[in-house]
Amino acid sequence: APDPLITEVQDWASGLGEGVDATPYGLPIQFESDVVRRNVEWLTADTISSINFTPIHALDGTITPQGCAFERHHSGAIELRKEDYRLMINGLVDSPLVFTYADLERFPRQNRVYFCECAANSGMEWAGAQLNGAQFTHGMIHNMEYSGVSLRTLLEEAGVSPEGKWVYVEGADASSNGRSIPLDKAMDDVLVAFKANGEALRKEHGYPVRLVVPGWEGNMWIKWLRRIEVMDQPVESREETAKYTDTLADGVSRKWTWEMDAKSVITSPSPQAPITHGKGPLVITGLAWSGRGAITGVDVSLDGGKNWQAARLAAPGTDKALTRFYLDINWDGSEMLLQSRARDSSGYVQPTKAQLRAVRGLNSIYHNNAIQTWWVTANGEAENVEVS
Amino acid sequence: EKYGLGRPALPEEVAAWDLDVAPDGTGLPAGSGDVFAGEEVFAEKCAVCHGDFAEGVGNWPKLAGGQGTLDHDDPLKTVGSYWPYLSTTWDYVNRSMPFGNAQSLSADEVYAITAYILYSNDLVDEEFVLSNETFMDVELPNADGFILDDRLEAEKHFWNPEPCMADCKDSVEITMRALVLDVTPEEDSTGAPAETAPPDESAAEQVFDETVETTAVPDPELVAKGEKAFKKCKACHQVGDNAKSKTGPILNGIVGAPAGHAEGFRYSKAMKTAAEGGLVWDEAELAAFLAKPRKYMKGTKMSFAGLKKDSDIEAVIAYLQSYSQ
Repeated sequence: APDPLITEVQDWASGLGEGVDATPYGLPIQFESDVVRRNVEWLTADTISSINFTPIHALDGTITPQGCAFERHHSGAIELRKEDYRLMINGLVDSPLVFTYADLERFPRQNRVYFCECAANSGMEWAGAQLNGAQFTHGMIHNMEYSGVSLRTLLEEAGVSPEGKWVYVEGADASSNGRSIPLDKAMDDVLVAFKANGEALRKEHGYPVRLVVPGWEGNMWIKWLRRIEVMDQPVESREETAKYTDTLADGVSRKWTWEMDAKSVITSPSPQAPITHGKGPLVITGLAWSGRGAITGVDVSLDGGKNWQAARLAAPGTDKALTRFYLDINWDGSEMLLQSRARDSSGYVQPTKAQLRAVRGLNSIYHNNAIQTWWVTANGEAENVEVS
Repeated sequence: EKYGLGRPALPEEVAAWDLDVAPDGTGLPAGSGDVFAGEEVFAEKCAVCHGDFAEGVGNWPKLAGGQGTLDHDDPLKTVGSYWPYLSTTWDYVNRSMPFGNAQSLSADEVYAITAYILYSNDLVDEEFVLSNETFMDVELPNADGFILDDRLEAEKHFWNPEPCMADCKDSVEITMRALVLDVTPEEDSTGAPAETAPPDESAAEQVFDETVETTAVPDPELVAKGEKAFKKCKACHQVGDNAKSKTGPILNGIVGAPAGHAEGFRYSKAMKTAAEGGLVWDEAELAAFLAKPRKYMKGTKMSFAGLKKDSDIEAVIAYLQSYSQ
């Protein structure tokens, strides 16, 4: 029968829509209201010191809109005006300095796209398949284009003393979340950023200024950055001893596990994004990234890792940023065990869960970069599973 | 190249913000505090989240206990069992605590709280005074429990120029399904909580099936009082219909039961030995245990300092008796 959406004149084709300025700063259309960050309530004691998850199952491309990019606070998202913002550099420097926001805007600027992944992303999956959705298993990640000043530029302005080996960076919020970063990294690609995806940082991402530490765990990307201290030793703060250390099977823990290893996940189909169209052409898509360099390839398996085929990268991988991949298939309607496997420019290949557990045991909360399996059944639904 | 931007940081400004303390004590201000003072400040400012005895309330961090668990399933990581440096505790309490009122503590209060946390972990005795002078005398048990990131070596085999592309394994079986656990938040409601607790919380569910001989029907008023006092125990212990063993064993039917009786609970060696020796939790033994657990039984896992008032002990026992089954 003819489609009335075509044969009948619809309201939107005869009446008028909204004028400009109806929403001075736009929001997504109401029909997309399910594409939001989500929290897993049982993970943390309350939402002030907590985390939520990017709806990666519903996004495409590589840039994460700020409004749905995951949040992680230790003492809540504070509101700090640009006018009240101060950045101090002290410690082992020739001249301790204080910068205002306006000062920062006068230094030569850079634009770079980087992913930010929480070290605990996929952490709930160490012991077994637990959460049913790419948002929950892999959503502690976002990828933005940052504008800001190279940390190196600011450190050179203060003049680093020869005995300086570390920088300790801390935020202005009550958690005073601070991390020690080796000077080599600080002088390499770290950014003091004030814009993301072209606009000011959102308050939940550290407005007005945050640190960007490419490829390294998200906890080091200090928000509301207020102080950089050049030191001859690390502080060994709570976030680098009690937390963000990886306990191995024998009870010994790795520390300073800064780099995020290569990882990938199929975002669709996935438990929150089932196949609704039946058999025929199917777009399998996902994200891949590496803290050690650029993604050079992604392999996809339809049979739980028995056989692999190279996926198509939407664009060549770039350094420490998300890469989108696609595999276009003609689905015959039979069940699949979907997996993706990332490869990076250092020659690293994303391991299986069994391979990771063989080295690290079951108690490492952080740095789970194992291959993910979605079990897609004949009706198109998908479930988070583990396979032999 | 210098741009001549910014201005010199004044000494007072640096002093106001440069508060971090390093493992070698660099950055510690002069001051001191003892366990006793620490207990008071802790009760007032910390216990609401961390429990009177640093045992943690709900999902809030436990600060005490867990020694010897790091190579077990679900290790308990606390200042005593995990943190390598005492400076971290001092620094974190000083700059980031109490939650919602950070940077409100005096240096002496921070020394006192830190001393109390050490005491709660059985690392110092109750006479201990922590100061900038005694600070470096304290070594935490897990100081040597860390290695530097060794992934490049230990995981060298993940760098693999030619990963397998075809016939990589003989068979593929599903070994675990997320739907079996059902801990995923509901999709349509914004952030609706999962109804089931995560799997690691659900320890073996065991209820005593022994017939317990009770001496008398408990006095309802005393039971009600006991229920209140039991709040201190609730962080670890459950009683009642849906009770399970959690951090501590389930307590249904504990009054009159033989020691170490909750099946599936990993008791301390000390408790197992006492059980083998025939210890029965009659009212007198329970009362002695609850007054000073770690004095009564050296090596017990119960990281609770004890109920101070005899009337609370009596009431808690009456309350537990009301779940005698």
